Amino acid sequence: MNIVVCVKQIPDPADPGALDPESKTLKRDGKLILDESDSYGVEMALQLVGDSGEVTLVSMAPNGEVSGLRTALAMGAAKAVLVSDDALKGSDALTTAKVLAAAIGKAGEYDLVLAATESSDGYTGVVPEQIAAVLGLPSVTFAKAVSVDGGTVKVDRQTEAGYDEVTCPLPAVVSVTAGVVEPRYPSFKGIMAAKSKPVDQLALADLGIEAANAGWAGAGQEIVEVAAAAQREAGEIIEDDGEAHAKIVDFLSNLKVI
Amino acid sequence: MTLFTEEHDLFRKTLRDFVEREINPHAEEWEQAGTFPAHELFAKLGDLGVLGLTYDPAYGGGGSDYGYVAIMAEEFGRMPCLGVAMAIGVQTDMATPSLHRFGSHELKQKYLAPAIRGEHVAAVGVTEPDAGSDVAGIRTKGVRDGDEWVINGSKTFITSGTQADWVCLLVRTSEEGGSRGISQIIVPTDTPGFQVSGKLDKLGMRSSDTAVLTFDDMRVPVSNTIGEIGRGFQQQMSQFQDERMIAAYQMVGAMEYALERTADYLKQRIAFGQPLMANQHLAYELADLASEVDLLKYYNYHAAAAQTRGDDITRFATVAKLRSARLARRVADVCLQFHGGVGYIGETWTARFFRDTRLWSIGGGADEIMLRTLARMGGFWAE
Repeated sequence: MNIVVCVKQIPDPADPGALDPESKTLKRDGKLILDESDSYGVEMALQLVGDSGEVTLVSMAPNGEVSGLRTALAMGAAKAVLVSDDALKGSDALTTAKVLAAAIGKAGEYDLVLAATESSDGYTGVVPEQIAAVLGLPSVTFAKAVSVDGGTVKVDRQTEAGYDEVTCPLPAVVSVTAGVVEPRYPSFKGIMAAKSKPVDQLALADLGIEAANAGWAGAGQEIVEVAAAAQREAGEIIEDDGEAHAKIVDFLSNLKVI
Repeated sequence: MTLFTEEHDLFRKTLRDFVEREINPHAEEWEQAGTFPAHELFAKLGDLGVLGLTYDPAYGGGGSDYGYVAIMAEEFGRMPCLGVAMAIGVQTDMATPSLHRFGSHELKQKYLAPAIRGEHVAAVGVTEPDAGSDVAGIRTKGVRDGDEWVINGSKTFITSGTQADWVCLLVRTSEEGGSRGISQIIVPTDTPGFQVSGKLDKLGMRSSDTAVLTFDDMRVPVSNTIGEIGRGFQQQMSQFQDERMIAAYQMVGAMEYALERTADYLKQRIAFGQPLMANQHLAYELADLASEVDLLKYYNYHAAAAQTRGDDITRFATVAKLRSARLARRVADVCLQFHGGVGYIGETWTARFFRDTRLWSIGGGADEIMLRTLARMGGFWAE
């Protein structure tokens, strides 16, 4: 079984990020790292494939950035396809999905495509479903457990009330939640091996996508305004005068959490 | 000159994540217990491939340069329980370097490979109740009986001594006296006559167990001798260089971590209407210490390059060990001082850091031994 995992390389969340004041998008000029939310998909894929298949990474990033891909290759993925093209700057979610779908077509034979439910920097949360639509494949979202049995994938799909058991024919696109598995640490030997694993770098032309349909030019979405999130309000302190428990119960009841 | 590649950077990130998630959450528990589950933790470290970074891949080692060792040790220095870092250092750079450098193929297969995988916990037995810095004064004795050594004696201050699977033991194997006639012998701890006769209560490094070992007519195959019979003193002196460097590398990470934590505290602690860090005296003192840590760090990197080339690193290791131990004591003192009363409370990390770092001016060759070596090397000596 071969699995393709879509991974995003993002600015390190540990460093203060900055927005480009004109485009209102995150600056991505520096070194990028593997989005932690994608490490779950990589781990899930490695576990599903075991010794009988390959995990291929697919990513879109500026400046031919491969640092994050190397992390996932060090975890055990076999190879990667990277799409990097100046014309992609400003791409919206749908363009990203079209590009990744085209790149998946260059990744060889596959049975399953995994992705995170959403990235840690953009949070649009729609790309996996759009990829499925572009590829004409079934889409299963919010997987908290995934298993493959012959030609079908079984997914425990997280819901507000619990989870649904979903069965779906392969190939399919499945988005996995954080915590679905415990991602392994890249080992020393994995890091050394990753150096020589192939990363196929492609431009838009290699995918047959016109520059006019990508980046700012092709974006159907526009960021109109960026505003700071509201400051969190100070919590309410309840002094215990013997009745604190009742006040806390009332407080929680008002929030409808109990 | 590029010291580190992208792979070194990724390796550092892996270790930082590992320490933060797999070790630091257990610090309090292990400190209270006076030990940590070495087999459990070392198995994970074996999977990471860090227990034999520079060792021969034929035995499961990584065949790496010493830059990776420096990175590993710096990251292990970022623990609020430095005893665990020390015990890992024993496994990687105090109990196994002689075995790797001088041991027979069979011995390496039997003891080094499982230590690299993290299945065996290793200890090094040098110090005795009557011989510490004066290594040539050891009395533990091995008498040859056919193909076996019959060993009697005792060792003390043995890190991981209560849970080790084998000990790289320094034993007097002839009557020549002094530094002659001493051998390094691998002793499995399940050998009849091997006894853990006590677990020591220490000022610091409390997350690591420290034992007194006694040997009563313990029979060990002569083939367990590392390298040449009678060359144990020289081999141990070589092994000490690795030990001193791993301590110096760790101290850099530990000091950087301590200065970062202290800076974080001073930024959020308000006194006289402003963060404590707004006091120039405090800020400059930390900057001053950070500058010294930098000097040590880059001195260490030169030492790592020399280790990678296979140079004699005696001077590097001696200077690095001396300076790092002394600097760590100053950093620990300042971090505690700047935390005020809370820094003196036992459960605050500063108090533990103060106690933990104190060891490095004593263990692995006391400051005075470092100075004695440097005095001799530098010509500051008269008989």
